[in-house]
Amino acid sequence: MYVAVKGGERAIENAHRMLTHERRGDRDIPELSLDQISGQLSLGVDRVMVEGSLYDRNLAALAIKQARGDLIEAIFLVRAFRATLPRFGASEPVDTSVMQVRRRVSSTFKEIPGGQILGPTFDYTHRLLDPQLAEISDPDALETAEPLAGVTPRVTDILGRDGLIEPSPQTEPGASVGDITRDPLDFPADRDLRLQNLSRADEGFLLALGYSTQRGYGRNHPFAGEIRFGDVDVEFMAEDAGFVVPLGAIALTECQMVNQFKGSATEAPCFTRGYGLAFGQSERKAMSMALVDRALRARELGEEAIAPAQDEEFVMSHSDNVQATGFVEHLKLPHYVDFQSELGLLRKLRAEFAELTTADKQIQEAAE
Amino acid sequence: MTAPVYNFAYLDEQTKRMIRRAILKAIAIPGYQVPFASREMPMPYGWGTGGVQVTAAILGPTDTLKVIDQGSDDTTNAISIRKFFAKTAGVSTTTSTADATVIQTRHRIPEAALSEGQVLVYQVPIPEPLRFLEPRETETRRMHALSEYGLMHVKLYEDIARFGHIATSYAYPVKVNGRYVMDPSPTPKFDNPKMDNCAALQLFGAGREKRIYAIPPYTTVVSLDFEDHPFARYRHEAPCALCGADDSYLDEIVTDDRGGRMFVCSDTDYCETRQASGHRGSERAAPHKKDHAHG
Repeated sequence: MYVAVKGGERAIENAHRMLTHERRGDRDIPELSLDQISGQLSLGVDRVMVEGSLYDRNLAALAIKQARGDLIEAIFLVRAFRATLPRFGASEPVDTSVMQVRRRVSSTFKEIPGGQILGPTFDYTHRLLDPQLAEISDPDALETAEPLAGVTPRVTDILGRDGLIEPSPQTEPGASVGDITRDPLDFPADRDLRLQNLSRADEGFLLALGYSTQRGYGRNHPFAGEIRFGDVDVEFMAEDAGFVVPLGAIALTECQMVNQFKGSATEAPCFTRGYGLAFGQSERKAMSMALVDRALRARELGEEAIAPAQDEEFVMSHSDNVQATGFVEHLKLPHYVDFQSELGLLRKLRAEFAELTTADKQIQEAAE
Repeated sequence: MTAPVYNFAYLDEQTKRMIRRAILKAIAIPGYQVPFASREMPMPYGWGTGGVQVTAAILGPTDTLKVIDQGSDDTTNAISIRKFFAKTAGVSTTTSTADATVIQTRHRIPEAALSEGQVLVYQVPIPEPLRFLEPRETETRRMHALSEYGLMHVKLYEDIARFGHIATSYAYPVKVNGRYVMDPSPTPKFDNPKMDNCAALQLFGAGREKRIYAIPPYTTVVSLDFEDHPFARYRHEAPCALCGADDSYLDEIVTDDRGGRMFVCSDTDYCETRQASGHRGSERAAPHKKDHAHG
């Protein structure tokens, strides 16, 4: 007797129960708290906030816990939640020159106004596994000082004063901001949409593309003009009240790449810009983004677009890891009926092939 | 953190309105792919997020929903989507093709003829029929605008030159209303003729690719072919082992590792309905229950 495969519903329920069990792990070991995740796995939380396009450390930590540390799965959880949130407006442009800087480096000038500040960085650490960390660690508390007040001028602004770098393109005051989460993407896309796409793009994808430009696939001679990480205030124009209200502060990493010249018979040569911005301390992301942003400006700057990183449609259509992982992993879903159709066709082609070869053989034998 | 509260059928009303506008435009221009601002859904891209958004936008409280994957109501993803709407919209669900007002499907069109007032919602992975001939969206949109479909015919011709047949067995391209070449989603080409002059409204949703398209009721849908190589359906030449049907698309069931095979209807509702009315094949099926309950 043939029994058709049934019981999918129970299988799903059982699979979910088992997943919950595996997520918890050994119950003799204390469960991770969200504070532990957001406080001690903070760079992972930053990545989930950036690529999840939602600035909420608690929710990102919850997503990482629920996703068992799978960051792309966590990003997906945050994105799905974000999609249900109402959109009540766009903030005022954030001014990174008044950032409360925690780290700030430039590779273009030795001395810069405001100074080079190393801050919390893995740079210059020796990558030696630290056995002491296997135990409970208790580093000494840091001394604190009053935060530096005032403006930390951006290196690109210093270059800009002498016209050595192209001005940062400005939008019309009051122009509406594009939103790739609310409008379908259309090509060619403007830079605001490209930057939005890049800022939520998969870090690994951008890293590889940025790297490819350094190795000659769309080379644009970058210098890290400045990388800064710190806190900035976010303000919102409340139309009802008629004035700007502060919403709070967010941590940002900004990267301004200074790239090879442009210029023409009518325009003096100057450096060009590549821009990267990400939530939290996400330097690799911000730097990769700046390289790819510059590469994608090929059309606008009249460069020949020959490399993958310069190809807007290629980059923007494949940069989203939630989309990519969904479509790659959907191959797990049943494809029985299509496969059956292919099988049928293949069998028919093979049968015809066999017939033909037998017929050929017979003709050959008859000829001999 | 407060527990989130979701709207009827999950999506907020603004999003639904945006999707309905896209659907209306799609119905007005049969076979044309309308861009829409697809949302991140709580299931992965590739699992039917486009179909789910279309269903969410058209579902009303009095609708009866059926969800199939590979023709079956009992495949895990069909169950998961059915449960999603039973939970978020509280609509009644069914496995019966005739009783459903909205049918969401992946990869099949039900065997039983659809009727007026029914809506068939297809889940679409790659909505662009020209995508594998031309990867650029900017190019393919231009080709559609100019009805420049020569490339597709060249592809089909090359198949014939190489294999003696058109070597496309699923997602077989069609021309809708004499204008747009359209991807029917990865249904086996066996199902293509069912789209032609169909009494039901057919809606197609591609979430990841952010496109919606439609075939209004009673629209001409023609599978592309050549006079000397006319379109032909493929079906394994055997009756269903369970219900004896000789007109349904069959799943091949591998019964052992020595070449044993049996062929049964891929459309489980069609097969069970036939068995219930006394049709028998060569094999006896385990008794099955008809499920009209919620969830």
